[in-house]
Amino acid sequence: MDELLKILKQNALESPENIAKMLNLKVGEVKARIAEYEKKGVIRGYQAILNEDQLDLGRVTAVIEVKITPEREGGFNKISSRIARFSEVQSIYLMSGAYDLLLFVAGKDLREVASFVSEKLATIEGVISTSTHFMLKTYKHHGILMETEHEDERLKVSP
Amino acid sequence: MKTSGSKSPREWVAGHVRDIPRSGIRDFFDIVSTMKDIISLGIGEPDFDTPWHVRESTVFSLERGATHYTSNLGLLELRKAVARYVNRFFKASYDPETEILVTVGVSEALDLALRALINPGDEVMYHEPCYVSYRADIIFAHGTPVVVETRAEDDFRLTREMLEKKVTPKTKLLLLNFPNNPTGATLPRKDVEEIAEFAKKHDLLVITDEIYAELTYDGEHVSIASIPGMKERTIFLHGFSKAWAMTGFRLGYACAPAELTEAMMKVHQYTMLCAPTMSQKAAIEALTNPEFDVTQMREEYHKRRNFLDRSFREMGLPCSKPRGAFYAFPNIGGMGLTSKEFALKLLDEEKVAAVPGNAFGDCGEGFLRCAYATSMDNIKEAMARMERFVKRLRK
Ligand SMILES: Cc1ncc(COP(=O)(O)O)c(C=O)c1O
Repeated sequence: MDELLKILKQNALESPENIAKMLNLKVGEVKARIAEYEKKGVIRGYQAILNEDQLDLGRVTAVIEVKITPEREGGFNKISSRIARFSEVQSIYLMSGAYDLLLFVAGKDLREVASFVSEKLATIEGVISTSTHFMLKTYKHHGILMETEHEDERLKVSP
Repeated sequence: MKTSGSKSPREWVAGHVRDIPRSGIRDFFDIVSTMKDIISLGIGEPDFDTPWHVRESTVFSLERGATHYTSNLGLLELRKAVARYVNRFFKASYDPETEILVTVGVSEALDLALRALINPGDEVMYHEPCYVSYRADIIFAHGTPVVVETRAEDDFRLTREMLEKKVTPKTKLLLLNFPNNPTGATLPRKDVEEIAEFAKKHDLLVITDEIYAELTYDGEHVSIASIPGMKERTIFLHGFSKAWAMTGFRLGYACAPAELTEAMMKVHQYTMLCAPTMSQKAAIEALTNPEFDVTQMREEYHKRRNFLDRSFREMGLPCSKPRGAFYAFPNIGGMGLTSKEFALKLLDEEKVAAVPGNAFGDCGEGFLRCAYATSMDNIKEAMARMERFVKRLRK
């Protein structure tokens, strides 16, 4: 992957000036390349990574395995993008193995998620079955540990 | 009670040990360790934690009871892994049965090599600025240290001419360290080949400390052990402290022709017995997928290197390009302060710690060692503070 993208993936707030220093580029070049990635749609957005457990949002997240029948035209894509458009659906992936789609669905409470599954998801033509699991706690999200790491224990000066 | 004629505690200490001055690093450490909330560019070890799979497998090996002595040379499985790795990465081939000795860090390996090879009075050439232990280790082994000074103008490279000026009939050994602590200098192939020619011409042994080899950012790393005709006269030292972030495991190794390995093993056997067993287990794991761990860390150091390099240029501090290890060695000589004064004032006024260059040899005076084994956030902040500091000094 382009080093520039790696840096932004680690810290989307990194300034073009700093990135230029890290990659030994001109600031203008960094800005132009970021703009280009945004235009091409490689960069889809910038988000903060929250430890939601700390916020007491009273929300639940469910992981839902979905089996579907592929359509004659468009295979899995058509039905997947239909499901993806529901605002409840945070993420959706096509999977290999025992089921076809993996969804991350957020809702106010169990009931809300349950009714999304039974009323909206299960009723879509082509959905064969669903299996819902509720998430209990997040330990690591997008490569970031949710527990605070220990302090630097190294000697302050060493040879 | 002290009777007349009995020795004072100082006199009890062996002369050659007494005469070695206290390390400049320790003086500086004592000052820094009393201070709070400083950003330290003074740390000569990785900020990364040891890769998790290595730590995990160490715990597993303890659970399985790997808590006994190993053979003096070290676990054969580890020596085999080392042989494969050294062959692949350094292009030097060693027999794991007879030519590899597992040690307690490069520190022990260096000590063994010097003690096993030096007769009292033999001259050992080494280049400064350098790692703080070299001079003392040579003296502990009753050798005579001969300094070759490298210079900022040459990007701290070591050349054949410099060596030719210092070689005498008593010279037995040449000690090399590239990528270099504290300068970050590396050696291009041409220099390595010329130094090899030099060693052959004068029939010298070479000890090469290549502990930072994987952390090379510009160009290839060339080991002198890989130059044809050099293996016979080279003791190659390497370890897991730097590239694998395993300093506390205390594990390294020496590779050398069988008879030299045997000699080092003799000293090792009677003084150390063997390197820690759990660390040897950890090292086996570290070598099962070395590229993955090392590449990630190298990429991160590389960005920090670039950041420092550009920052020093922007604040007008000349700094020869640090091409390896995790140190930059800017020239602060133009600021009207000695290295020590500069470092103390920087610490006092901006709470940034960096080691005065003269801690690494007299010719390091006028320089400052800035280690970038610390987070990018720390580096950004440290550079902002240094820039402010340098501006004030210039007023
Ligand atoms: C050049 C050099 N050699 C050797 C060492 C010591 O390595 P080890 O931890 O393997 O004893 C260091 C540590 O700072 C070093 O910089």
